[in-house]
Amino acid sequence: MRVRVDRASCENHGQCVFAAPGVFSFDDDEELLYEEAPGPGQGEAVARAVRSCPVRAITVEGGRG
Amino acid sequence: MRGLQGASGAVVVVGAGLAGLRAATALRERGFGGRITLVGEEPRLPYDRPALSKDLLTGRRTEAENALPLPPDLDARWLLGRTAVGLDRTARRLALDDGSVLDYDGLVIASGASAAPWPGPGSPPAAGTHLLRSLQDARGLLLALGHGVPLLVVGGGFLGGEVATAARTLGVAVTQVHRAPLPLARAAGPVVGGFVAGARALAGVDARPGAAVEGFLGGRVMEGAVLSDGTRVAAGAAVLALGARAATAWLRGSGLRSAPDGSRAVVCDHRRRPLADDGAPVDGIVAVGDAAASPHPYSGDGVPAHLALGHWSEAVDHADTAAATLLGQESGTETAVPSFWSDQFGLRLRSVGLPRLADRTEVHDHDAARGRLEVSFHRGDRLVGALTANRTSRLAAYRDRLREDWSGLDRVDAHHR
Repeated sequence: MRVRVDRASCENHGQCVFAAPGVFSFDDDEELLYEEAPGPGQGEAVARAVRSCPVRAITVEGGRG
Repeated sequence: MRGLQGASGAVVVVGAGLAGLRAATALRERGFGGRITLVGEEPRLPYDRPALSKDLLTGRRTEAENALPLPPDLDARWLLGRTAVGLDRTARRLALDDGSVLDYDGLVIASGASAAPWPGPGSPPAAGTHLLRSLQDARGLLLALGHGVPLLVVGGGFLGGEVATAARTLGVAVTQVHRAPLPLARAAGPVVGGFVAGARALAGVDARPGAAVEGFLGGRVMEGAVLSDGTRVAAGAAVLALGARAATAWLRGSGLRSAPDGSRAVVCDHRRRPLADDGAPVDGIVAVGDAAASPHPYSGDGVPAHLALGHWSEAVDHADTAAATLLGQESGTETAVPSFWSDQFGLRLRSVGLPRLADRTEVHDHDAARGRLEVSFHRGDRLVGALTANRTSRLAAYRDRLREDWSGLDRVDAHHR
């Protein structure tokens, strides 16, 4: 599973951090950080993050597994 | 009981916006293989409504870019430009405005909300007066902004601020009028209101807080307004951003309870089942999105047990639960805490919980120069919400604390089952 965030679209809604805190986080300068290749255990949380992003900035390639 | 046991049957979704689309998507994700029909009042497929007051007005996003993607395996029938006009719950039958009738095994109430019209006094000129709820509304406003005529924004809520922001971005002169002494007062209280008012002044908006529109100027075409403080505002266009109310007229007489808060939303339980007049949850129907009023953990002491929030996140968070309920499946374990956002005057306002219920605001960071704000909202000794400006990183911790309250709703509802 490869995760990609379109930085141009991202508006720091933070919904991905709520949905998948093990994959997405903010640093002290409000910059979004994320795991580009999260482990298989994160599949469901990442899917929730994709669904809850208001600007549809997150894409996932490859299976959930 | 006739129902959706297994994978067959027919689901009718009233509403073809985000809430309807997400509910239909969730039904497919949960394995529903029967027929799904979505009925939409607007003659178009689902689109992203929040952008209508932001990127679509400034031209940063096109209409094509604003369409919501449809899952390739949705396999739905779309009845667009058609309106539901009546529901017979006993016969499980929905009547449409063209005289046709749809039988259903499961019904999704996702008919959304519409903009509140001008309540008076008087009536505004037909030309140059805008509501903003649909894409059609946004097109009209976009044209007016393109002409560059001075804009009058009536209303101090989120929508009013966003429209004022878009207009200023385009270099249009803006006067914003609202009755409350501060913007966002009802939704987010005086601290946030004062902070936003400061950013609004920097953006060059001519703000008239604490004033009401006594009447409009112009016969057929908008020329401005007379305010309660006796001043006159010249404007070539006016946006009436006076809130929304649920589009539930089609449910009149169906015996479903509507919220006591004037929102006209359908009261539903934690599993998204609407409540009948006698308070019992109704099987075979679920309610999602802006048409629904949902339970929350802070009822009592003057706060109604169900609130219609109208947040984007509601439509997304409740879709899976609604699908599970219709299909007779266990819903997921993820707890949804309400959240909302608004981008205005250079501030990325992000919020969790229910700030509107607060009787006290605690300020943790207040830096007007950097546009940064972090506040928490409390009712008695309970945390009920938090809001940040340009400081989203601080929000997750509050949400984690609120989750406990919201996960308890499962237990509150348990006695209904």
